[in-house]
Amino acid sequence: MKKSIAGGSGGAAGIEVVLPHPGTSRPTGMTRFLENERLLAAMLLTPTVVLLGLFIAYPFVIGVWLSLSSVSVGNPGEFVGLKNFVKAWNDSIFRTAFYNTFYYTFWATIFKLALGMWLALLLNRHFRGKRIVRAAMLLPFIVPTVLSTFAWRWMFDPTFSVLNWLLYHWGFITTKLPFLSDGTYGMWCAIVVNTWRGMPFFAISLLAGLQTISTDLQEAASLDGANGWQRFWHVTWPLLKPVTLVVVVFSIIQTFSDFQLIYVLTGGGPANATHLLATYAYQIGVATGLLGEGAAVSLFMLPVLFIVVWLQLRYLRRLEGA
Amino acid sequence: MTTPDRSTSAGSPSVSRRRFLAGSAAAGAAAAAGLEGILSARRAPAFAQGTRLNIVRWVDFIPACDVELKRQAVDASKELGAEVVFEFINANDIQARVTAAMQSGAGPDIIQMLHNWSHLYANGLVDVSDLVAWQVKEQGALYPLSDANTKVAGKYLALPHGIVPGLIAYRKSWFDEIGVTTFPKTYEELRQVAMKLKKKGKPYGQTLGHTFGDAPGWAYPLMWNFGGMEVDQSGKTAIDSKGTVEAVKFMTALWKDGCDEGGLAWDDTNNNRAFLAGEICATLNGASIYIAAKRGQDKIKDDKGEPLVRDIQHARLPAGPAGSWSYQASFHHGVMKYGKNQKLAKDFLKWLHGKEQFGKWFQVAEGFSIGSTKFWEQHPLWTTIDEPMKGFRTAADNSRVFGHAGPPSAKATEAYSKYVVVDMFAKGVQGMKAEDCTAWAAGELKKIYG
Repeated sequence: MKKSIAGGSGGAAGIEVVLPHPGTSRPTGMTRFLENERLLAAMLLTPTVVLLGLFIAYPFVIGVWLSLSSVSVGNPGEFVGLKNFVKAWNDSIFRTAFYNTFYYTFWATIFKLALGMWLALLLNRHFRGKRIVRAAMLLPFIVPTVLSTFAWRWMFDPTFSVLNWLLYHWGFITTKLPFLSDGTYGMWCAIVVNTWRGMPFFAISLLAGLQTISTDLQEAASLDGANGWQRFWHVTWPLLKPVTLVVVVFSIIQTFSDFQLIYVLTGGGPANATHLLATYAYQIGVATGLLGEGAAVSLFMLPVLFIVVWLQLRYLRRLEGA
Repeated sequence: MTTPDRSTSAGSPSVSRRRFLAGSAAAGAAAAAGLEGILSARRAPAFAQGTRLNIVRWVDFIPACDVELKRQAVDASKELGAEVVFEFINANDIQARVTAAMQSGAGPDIIQMLHNWSHLYANGLVDVSDLVAWQVKEQGALYPLSDANTKVAGKYLALPHGIVPGLIAYRKSWFDEIGVTTFPKTYEELRQVAMKLKKKGKPYGQTLGHTFGDAPGWAYPLMWNFGGMEVDQSGKTAIDSKGTVEAVKFMTALWKDGCDEGGLAWDDTNNNRAFLAGEICATLNGASIYIAAKRGQDKIKDDKGEPLVRDIQHARLPAGPAGSWSYQASFHHGVMKYGKNQKLAKDFLKWLHGKEQFGKWFQVAEGFSIGSTKFWEQHPLWTTIDEPMKGFRTAADNSRVFGHAGPPSAKATEAYSKYVVVDMFAKGVQGMKAEDCTAWAAGELKKIYG
C-alpha cells in the first residue's frame, strides 16, 4: 500500500512510504488488549487498588465500624452511635493522652526540623569523610525502633541509668533524675528519643533539597555582601521551603501516630502520664479488649491529621504557584 | 458464589488427613478413650500427621522451668502423636495476644491465663470443667483463688496450673543493723524501718507501674488491709471510702519516706535487678530473687563479699487496720474455642497437669511456683528446701481476688487491665490529694461496674 504521509496543505507531492498491509499481519488479541488504553490502565491499577483496598481501606472501614459499636473481645457487640467517642472525651486519661499527643508531636517536630536543618547545612559542606558521616548519620533511622528504644530505656533506667551515673560522678547532680518515673521527665525523654530517631530523615531530605539549590545564587548573594544568616534566610530557606513542608507533613503524621517508642520506653506511664492516643487506644482496645472504645480513641487522630495535612498541602500548592 | 465447605476444602489438608487417619481402629479407640486410652493402647492417637499444638505462656522468671516445659513438650509429642510447641512471650504482652487471636479466630491452641482473665475472655474459652473435676479428684480441692479465677457462671474456663506467690524479700543484715530482728508486723512499722534504711541509701523497692504482677500484688492488698475495696458485695463501686483514703495516705508517706522513687517506672523485673544489685533493702516479689541469688551465688555477693543468698529472708505482707490479706498470682491454661485441636489440647493439658509431669516441673521451680491445690503443700520438696523459702508453701492461703468484695467478674479483670487501683496509688505518690485519688478511682470504676 502506498500512502502519502506528507505533502502539506498545499498539495505538493509528498514522500511515499510503504506501510504494512493490514491484512498481512493482524494484531493479536493481546496486542489489541494492550493498545486499549482504558483496559491497560485498569490492569496496571488493579494490583494497587486491591492492595490499598485490602490493607488500607478495609481496616479503616472496620475501624470506623468498631468505633461505632460496643464490640469487645469475644463479643460481637451492637451499634452504639457516637457513645464511644463521648465516653472517650469524658475520660481524663484520654484527655491527657490527647494533650500529650499534640505536645509530643509539636516539640519533637520542632527539634527534628531545627537539628535536621543544622545537620543538613553542615553535611552540605565539603570535608574529609563526608560520605561516611552521611551514612553514619542514618543509623538511628535504620536501627529498628524497638531495639534503639530499649537501649534508651536502659540509659534512662530508674535504678541503673548510665546518664544518672555520669551526671552524679561529674558532680552535676546529687540525687538521681527521675527520667522515666516522673511524667514530665518521661515525656521529655520520649521527645529526645523521637528527635534522635527522626532527625536523620529530616537531615537527609533537606540535604537533598539543598543540593538542588544552585551555588551561583549563594555566590551572588555573597558578592552582594550578604552574611551567612542572610544567605540562609533570603536564598536557601525560600528555595528549601517546599521540601521542608513535605518532610514536616510526613513527620507530623508519623509522630502523631507514634506507638512503638512510647510503648517500649514508658508504656504510657507513670500513671498514664505519657500515653499518646495510639498507646492509649492499644491499652483500651487490645490489652483490655474493649475494641469499640479503643477504635474510637484511635480515630480521634484522623480529623486532626486530616486538617494538618490539608493545611500544609494547601500552603505547599500556594508556594508552588507563586 | 458459594461459600466453600471448609471441612472438605483443599485449604484444610489437616482435616482430610484427620479423616484419613480416623480409619485407624487402634488409634481411634485411643482418641476416644482419652489419655488413658492412648497410654493403654501404646500407640499414638488419631491426631492427623503433622498436627501441631501451640501453647503460649509467659517467659518464666525461673528459666529452668521453661526448659523443663520444652523437654516435656518432646515427651508429650511422642505420647500424643502430635507436635507440641511452646512459645514463651513477655507476660505483659499476653493479653494483647489473646485479643488478637480471639478476634482473628486463629492463633495458639492453648493460652496461659493469668489472674482472673478467664472471666474477660469467657466467650473465647472452651469449658474445661471435666478436666478440673479430674484434677480435683487427683490432687484435691483448688485454692479458693484458683477456683474463683477460673470458674465463670458455674463452668471452669481454664485449668489451674500453678500459683506464683509473692512474699517480701528482705536483707536480714540490713534490718539487723537498725535493730530490727523480726520483719515488721504492721504497715506503719514497715514505714519506720524503710525510712531508716532509705536514709542509709537502702530504700524499700516497690513498683507502681503498669505491670502484671508486683504492682497489683502490692496495691490491692494495701487497699484491702486498710479497709478499702473496689466494690461492695453487690458489685457496686465502693472504693471511695475512708479505708482507701487511709491506704493512699499511707502509700504516699511510705513512698516519700522509705521507697526508691524510681519505682513508678518499674516493671516486674526491675525490683529483682535492684535487689540483687544491693540497691534496695526489701521488695514484694516471688521467690525468683532468692533462687537467682542461689543459682548465681558465685557471682552475686553482698557488700561483705559473701553470697547474697545467705542474707535474704522472706516475710508476708504486714497487717493493716483491716487485716493482712495478700494477692497471689494464679496461672491457668485456657483452651481456645477457635482451635481446631480442642480434644488434643485437652488431652495435652491432662498430661501436663497430671501429678507426674507437674511434679517434675514443680521440682524445677524450687518453690517459685506452687500448686493450685493443697496437695502440693505435702510435696517432699518442702522438707528439703532452704529455710527462707518455706514460707512460700502456704502463701496462697490468704489471697483475695480482684473485684473484692463483689463476685468474681469480667469487670474486675477490666479494672485490673486498666490498672485503676495501681494508678490510684501512683497518683497519690505523685502529689494528688488522697481524697482526689480515690474519687478519680471511683469515677473510673463506675464506668466499668456501672
